[in-house]
Order: sequence, then C-alpha cells, then structure tokens
Amino acid sequence: MSKSWRPENIDQLLEAVSWAVAKGESFNIRGRGSKQNFGRPIFASHNLDLSGLKGITTYEPRELFMTADVATSIAEIKATLRQNNQQLAFEPPDMGVLLGSEEDRDENGSIGGAIACNLAGPRRIQVGAARDHFLGFNAVSGRGEVFKSGGTVVKNVTGFDLSKLLAGSFGTLAVMSRVTFKVMPVAEKIRTVLCFGLDDVQAVKVLAMALGSSNEVSAAAHLPYPIASRSKIQYLLNSGTGVTAIRVEGPSKSVEHRCKSLRGLSSKFGATEELHSHNSTLLWREIANVGELLGDGQVWRLSVPPMDSAGIVRNILNSVKANVLYDWGGGLVWLAIEDTEINTEIIRGAIKTSGGHATLVRAKPSIRQRVPVFEPLSGALSELTLRIKNGFDPNKVLNPGRLYEGV
Amino acid sequence: MKMPKPDEETISRRQQIIQAMLSIVKGEGVITDADEMRAYDHDGLMAYKAQPLIVVLPETTDEISRILKYCNENNVKIVPRGAGTGLSGGALPLEDAITLGLGKFKKILEIDFDNRIVIAQPGVTNLAVTQAVEAEGFYYAPDPSSQIACSIGGNIAENSGGVHSLKYGLTTNNVLGIEMVLMSGEVIRIGGKYLDSGGYDLLGVATGSEGLLGVITEVTLRILRKPETARAVLIGFQSNESGGECVASIIGAGIIPSGMEMMDKLAIHATEDFTHAGYPLDVQALLIVELDGPVVEVDQLIERIDAIAKQAGASYVRISESEEERLRFWSGRKNAFPALGRISPDYLCMDGTIPRGCLADVLKRISDLSKKYNLRVANVFHAGDGNLHPLICFDANEPGELKRAEEFGADILKYCVEVGGVLTGEHGVGIEKRDLMYEMFTENDLKQQQRLKCAFDPDHLLNPGKVYPKLHRCAELGRMFVHEGKLPFPKIPRF
Repeated sequence: MSKSWRPENIDQLLEAVSWAVAKGESFNIRGRGSKQNFGRPIFASHNLDLSGLKGITTYEPRELFMTADVATSIAEIKATLRQNNQQLAFEPPDMGVLLGSEEDRDENGSIGGAIACNLAGPRRIQVGAARDHFLGFNAVSGRGEVFKSGGTVVKNVTGFDLSKLLAGSFGTLAVMSRVTFKVMPVAEKIRTVLCFGLDDVQAVKVLAMALGSSNEVSAAAHLPYPIASRSKIQYLLNSGTGVTAIRVEGPSKSVEHRCKSLRGLSSKFGATEELHSHNSTLLWREIANVGELLGDGQVWRLSVPPMDSAGIVRNILNSVKANVLYDWGGGLVWLAIEDTEINTEIIRGAIKTSGGHATLVRAKPSIRQRVPVFEPLSGALSELTLRIKNGFDPNKVLNPGRLYEGV
Repeated sequence: MKMPKPDEETISRRQQIIQAMLSIVKGEGVITDADEMRAYDHDGLMAYKAQPLIVVLPETTDEISRILKYCNENNVKIVPRGAGTGLSGGALPLEDAITLGLGKFKKILEIDFDNRIVIAQPGVTNLAVTQAVEAEGFYYAPDPSSQIACSIGGNIAENSGGVHSLKYGLTTNNVLGIEMVLMSGEVIRIGGKYLDSGGYDLLGVATGSEGLLGVITEVTLRILRKPETARAVLIGFQSNESGGECVASIIGAGIIPSGMEMMDKLAIHATEDFTHAGYPLDVQALLIVELDGPVVEVDQLIERIDAIAKQAGASYVRISESEEERLRFWSGRKNAFPALGRISPDYLCMDGTIPRGCLADVLKRISDLSKKYNLRVANVFHAGDGNLHPLICFDANEPGELKRAEEFGADILKYCVEVGGVLTGEHGVGIEKRDLMYEMFTENDLKQQQRLKCAFDPDHLLNPGKVYPKLHRCAELGRMFVHEGKLPFPKIPRF
C-alpha cells in the first residue's frame, strides 16, 4: 500500500472516497488499528486512516446517548461516561491482546471499529450487541455520497434501519464519520456467583437454569480447567477445577437477594463462592477480552444454540486439542487451537446440525486468505449480500474482500 | 394522501392472475368477491380504504414462494398483510395488487425453555406467544397495546414497541431469527436459536421494513422469565413541565423503570370516564411508573421514585399495593384509544419520538397548534423513551376536518424532527408519514435506503407506494456518477 489518506472531517472523507471511485483505487479502512487483523486480509491500493475523525461531539446523560466521531477511543468514551456513572452497556471487548501488538492494548480501539465489527461482551445476553445500541450515523458510501440514517432517540422506525446494516459490515458498505449510540447507567452493585468443579455439560445446564430464573443475570460463563487457572483472580487461579460464573447487577439489596438465590440454585452441583464488585469487574473484563485466558494459537468464535454448545465442543475435541471458554450461557464458544487449516472443516462441521456460525478470529494471514473467515453463506443469501454490497459500494472501493470474497 | 396510479394493464389481467393463484392456493384461500374482500380494504389507519385486486391467503411457505415467483415473473404487485392492526396504512390495499394475508400461519412451532426460545408462524398474535409460555413462568417482552390482535409477523414488519420497551427493548432486540421469502420466490433463513448471524445484519434490516423487503414466514423469538414482582406508581402534576422534569430526573438518577407512561388532562379524563382506573382528576399530567424485579429491589426503587416525584413537585402519589391495583392503574392507559373513541367520532393517532428533555416544550407547541387548527388533542406518551402519541380528535363527516387533522398531525411531527426527534417511534411510516420523509432525510439518504430495497425487490413489486415519497427506478439508482478531473484534492493530509 503506497499511500495513506487521513481526512479530518466528512468533507475530506468524501473527497478521498470520490477520488478512489474516480481513479479505480481502493481503501483499507483503519480507525485506531486495533482490529486490523480481524477478517480476511485486504488487498487495497491505499490506506484510509480515520484517526483524524475523533472527539465526542454531544453527550446528553439524561437523554442516554452520546455522539462521537468514529475514531474516538473507547477509553476516552468510557472515561467521559464514568463521570456521570454511565457506561457502554454492550461491553465492547478490547481485542488488543487477542489480535494486536502491545501498543494496541488498553482500550485503544475506536467506537467506530466496535460498531463496524458489531462487538459485544458478556452482557450481550441481557442488553444486546453493538447493533442494539447503535442509534444513528453519518457516512460516505462507496459511491462517494454523503448519507445518514437513524437519530439520537432509541424508539425510531423511520425508514429502513441502516444502522443495523452497517453494524457488523466491517466497513465494506460505507465509511462512517460520526456515530450516535445509547449509554446506560452503571449498576450500583456487581456481584458474581462462582460454582466450582462442573463439567461442561453440567455447567451449561446450570447457566441455563440461572438465565431462566427471575434473577436478571447479566452474564453467564464457564471457564473449564485449565483456562480458569489463567485468571488473575485468586479464587479462579487457585481453584484447580473448572469455574462457572454468573453475574448480577443492580441496587445493593437486590443484588444480595439474587446472589443468594443463585447460590442456592447452583450449590446442588458444586461448591460456590461470591465475587464482589472489584473482582467481578476484573473477571468479566478477562472474559470479554479473552486474549489472556485463551493464550496462543488460532482462535475461533462460535455462536450456537446454548444448550448444544457442550456437545459441539465435545465433537470438536474428539478431533483436535483446544482450549475452550463458554460465554453467553453457552451461546458463545471461544476455541484456541493449533494454527493450521484443517480445523475449519472440523469446526464448521460440528455446528452444522445445531445451526449457528463460526468465525475465525485469529490466524496467520495466509490461513485467513484461504479459509472463509466468516461463516459461508448459502446461495440465495450470498447473492443477496453481493447485491447489497453493489448498492452501497459497486466499485468495491471500501475494504474489498474483508468480509467475503467479492464483498 | 395520494397513492400511485393503479396499473390498468395489471387490472385487465385479473382473471388470469386469479387462475394462477387458484393453481397454487386451495380454493377458499383466493378471495375475489367484492363483499368478501371488504374486510381487507383498510388497516388500523381507518381514514383510508381501497379495494385490493384480489386477496390470497396461503398456508405454507412453499405456496408463498410460488406466489411471489409468479408475481415477480408476471409483474404483479403484492401487499403483505398480518392482522391489519397497523396504524400507518402499511397494509392499505392497492387496486392493482394482490393482498397477501398471513392469517392462516397461526401455529406455534416450537417452545424451547432451556434455550429460552419460541419459534412461531407470523400470524400468531403477540399475546398468544406469551400465553403459550406463561404457565412455565415465561413471557415475550414487547407488548404493543394491540397485542391481543396484532400478529407477530406484523410486529417484525413494523418493529413494534410497547410500554415495556424502555427496559426490555423493541421487537428488533427480541427477535433472533426469521424465515423470509424474497420477491424472486427464494426462501432465506436468517439467524436462529443463536445470536448475531454472520454477514450483513439482514435480520436487523428486515425488522421494521414494513413489508417492502420480503414476506416473513417464520420467526424465532427470545422469551424471558417473568420478574418476581411488579409495582406501579401513579404520580400527578399540576404542569407538564413538572411531569417532564420528573421523567428526566428518574432517568438521570440511573433508574430504568420497566415502563414510564404519561397522560395529559384530556387523556386522563377520557380514560377515567371509560375505565374508572382511579386516576386523580385534579392534575394536569399523570405519570405511571412501573418497576419490576425482586421485591427488595422494587421496594427500594419505589421509595427513590417517590422522593424524586415530590422533589419535582408532584401533587399526587399513589403506589400500587396489590396486583389488582397495579393492573387497574394500567387499565386506563391501555384503553386510552377506545376511551378517546367515546369522546370523539374520529381521531388520528400520531407517533413521533422526541428527546425526553423536550417533553414540556413539545406539549406546549401541540397545545398551541390545537388552538390554531381548532381541534382537540389528547396526549398519551411513552415518556421513558420519548415516544409521543397525540390523539387528534376530529369528525370525518365534517367537510375538511380530516384534512385539517392531518395538517395538524404533520405540524406536530415536523416539530418533533425540529427538536431532534423522529417522525415515527413504533407505528411505522406506511402511507401516513410517507410524504414527510424529506423532513428528516435528504434525497441521498432516501436513495441509499432504496438501494437496499433494490437488492431485495428490483422491480418495486412489494408494497409500493408505502414509506418512500418518490420511487426511483433501480437502474437509475444503480448508476454511478464519477466526477473526473477534481484532483488533486489539496485539502486532505496525505502521506
């Protein structure tokens, strides 16, 4: 890639994209660079560096929204929200450790990147992913046209919900310049119930019971041994067994009440313990970011029906050795595995009957080039996807091939 | 409201189209008699009626696939229809289009409590989903006030809300998967019993697409365990300003109630006369705030809300002491529309969303406009998420009143946009707000939305004349205008 463009406002962004359209060039879009290794490798002629589009433009705590330019760091947004005891409820994970080098750590990722990749942390099961918190945007399409969608209010059904379309599109349809998203209050108290020594099948069952109870569980994960021992939290580090974790948040008395109820429910299966706010926050950050817990190797992320997860993992482990972590009550399975090509068939084969999708999150570029990184689409869906791409970016100027070949 | 001119050529082929439909759908599923079609000549937007070309009521996905394929190949338009309760005219028939009713898709296909999922056909009512799982202590959270009649497929088409969307989200946050038939007849499945399908979020796009992208034939929904308890508080104020301040203060205090509704004086009196909910009649504005969760939590938050209300100048506070009392508090609000029907021969229900902080200001403007147009207006309001439902009273038998009411409504919605809100929060654009789309969007914004439409339905056969004020041909929208010679773009920092 010979040159980089670094627009500092939407007019300059428009000029850059118009130039690329006119000249038949293409862009690798970069916010703050923390997720450059996520997706298929891109062969674009130029870099489009969005780091000049940064800063919070509007923050209305009582209206529960914030508007920021796309390359504003998650760290800055979180720090600003903390002053009003608010947060990004979808808990965007910091993928620096998992994907990047040292300088990409510490929540250096951008809000635009979190939305474009539709990230979500452990609270996904309760409040949704980036898509569910993304209210509106300004963008330049791959046609070189400025457009917007959505607004600043949550309840809005005016026209097609293009925010949903851009969330998770990995920059292949339009380059966003500014985004508006929901912000939510931080709960007064956070606690986590730990249950020790469960095997995967038991753990998923306990998580389902917790999630199916009236305790408003905000996160539910299972860390089999030895993943659990990689945690920095003493209780997990020294447990010597798998650890199942259930989080509740809310007013103090309510949290105490719900913890008690959840311990009662899980104590039939194993010994229980409770983490208070500080350790809870640390643990769920480890689980959201996964990098340190999973360790080295190729990393897969499977979204599956929760109750099928343990069976899917067992089938995979029959063929290959892997480190496994369950989040979302079993609905999200992380696998760390030796970095070879052969895993693809095993993993995608294992979810065939249950349904779901598998994403190759980390692998050598050569493997990400040859193996479909995202779940391959069926005929009609694949053609529809191409037609949508053509409607937004017919000349394939934006992140060509990052999502699928030809998209 | 002008609809596109019916295509005489299509109408001249009516017999041929009927034959084709009869070869796909069983006899009684093809309705061609003018009297029998009358039941389908309008939806919840009662001011507009039109006779469909014919009505077809298929029973299987395969039949829908064949119908759409035929229509695509023979250039016949389709208006999809759920229960016909929509308030924006999205299911208004077109004289040159088949009304495709999903009324026979009434089965719940699977209940999976462990994964907390219900799979249903689109014609199942919203309430029936909850009824199917409530014996086990579960429910489906989105609860539009028409939930007894509205269909779950229609909920997806409109991205319906309800009084609990503040805490539990809209339809779009509670749907995990759909099966949808494209205009080509192809059947696609998006999502399922898992979260966030790979690829473009077509589920998110289909939700709220008002029947313009495809026909939904199956839905996968997330169900939740019922909260331990729920209590409601009635809070009365002597001004809209105090009510608005109380709403903002509750949110500002970090409390997200499961519902927070507001009514103005006319709405309070009309509903109290109708339902005897026990509302105070000596207040200007009434809030209903509902909290749910464990008993200890609800009790703790009710205390805090009581204090916030008094701080905001509440002149009346009553906390529900039993489930019967809680339901009675809601009975007024939930019957606001029929209650208005008793005091006015006709009414238009508007649906803008505004920033919560603008509540008092917008109500003041509505009151001014009410004087200007000489029409009464009652306001009910999902205050927690800023979704306003002014009910404009008029008499359709009085010449010019409908037009005046519509202009009044348009002025309200324009003002909603002016203060930073949107044209519709949960009822959809349909035909009702179609011509106001330029208030919110530029030509480019709308063209880009239509390019998405073109990917699904290149000939604009699905529900034409709805949502978009101007239909651009897809070939025209697809054209690229490349501006050569504008280089070298000196303003951009380059490396």
